[in-house]
Amino acid sequence: MTAQLLFFYFGGMAVAGAVVAVFTPNLVYSALSLLMTFIHIAGIYILLNAEFIAAVQIIVYAGAILVTYVFVLMLFNPEQEKRYFHKQYKIGAFLGAVVLFLMVFAGFKTEILSKGGPFTVEYVEEIGHTRAIGNALFTDFIFPFEIASFILLVAMFGAIILAGRGIKKPKGPGGRVDLSSRRKAKEAIVGER
Amino acid sequence: MIGSATSINYIPIFIFIVISLVFGIGTLVISYFVQVRIDDPEKLSTYECGSEPISDARNPFPARYYIIAMLFVIFDVEVAFLYPWAVVFDKIGLFGLIEMIVFIALFLVAYVYAWKKGGLEWD
Repeated sequence: MTAQLLFFYFGGMAVAGAVVAVFTPNLVYSALSLLMTFIHIAGIYILLNAEFIAAVQIIVYAGAILVTYVFVLMLFNPEQEKRYFHKQYKIGAFLGAVVLFLMVFAGFKTEILSKGGPFTVEYVEEIGHTRAIGNALFTDFIFPFEIASFILLVAMFGAIILAGRGIKKPKGPGGRVDLSSRRKAKEAIVGER
Repeated sequence: MIGSATSINYIPIFIFIVISLVFGIGTLVISYFVQVRIDDPEKLSTYECGSEPISDARNPFPARYYIIAMLFVIFDVEVAFLYPWAVVFDKIGLFGLIEMIVFIALFLVAYVYAWKKGGLEWD
């Protein structure tokens, strides 16, 4: 009973955070409510005895990926996004409905719950969740594990190539940013007020 | 089964979350009802340690922050993979060590690439 109540708390807060993230016109608030969603999803993982996944959810999603989101938001002018509905929202709503239908359909069709596998609740509780993941990851799933490192490598190359254009400045006196021009710009802004 | 033995260990954290939520929301609600509201434009302007605010706080960042954040995400994921490896290291032995060396070597390639391309430089 308590577990069900906790599940509804975590699930409800995760959904509420996602809804606020979509509907608030302020992009910074939207990123922060996404943080709420991530943390409550970690709570659901703990209810499912998946401690390691919960920790990774907090460290990677709430810690790292959300920071990336906020930086990406701040790369643009956060003020410019004032509109609620994008002009293609009908297509978006249609695609969203199709994906939701497919997910629900697949959820009812699949036999994953009835089948069970070697990793039962008793097994995971006996040897510990992190150990169970480690056993599976480093014996049976070596290849996907190494592929994961390769995919992250590609992500790193992509980030450097896309965002790093013109990073390398010519050495010498011309390469430095001229501080006096920056100060002048600041004074110009103050002067306008 | 939902909420069995493992979740019991997390009850202190849950109590911590509940107390911080109640404290945070409760403070705001109580102060909303108790406070005296006298608004004037000088009082509502942004407080910037006494000096006049120059512009909006939410101005665009340089794109260089994005590279730093991306590098952080990638190495964060790498460290997340190290935890289960460290837990089962006594069982998988030398094979696991070689596996992890290959994994980290690929990250080192990315690190050297970012370094050579000047992704870690700051002006």
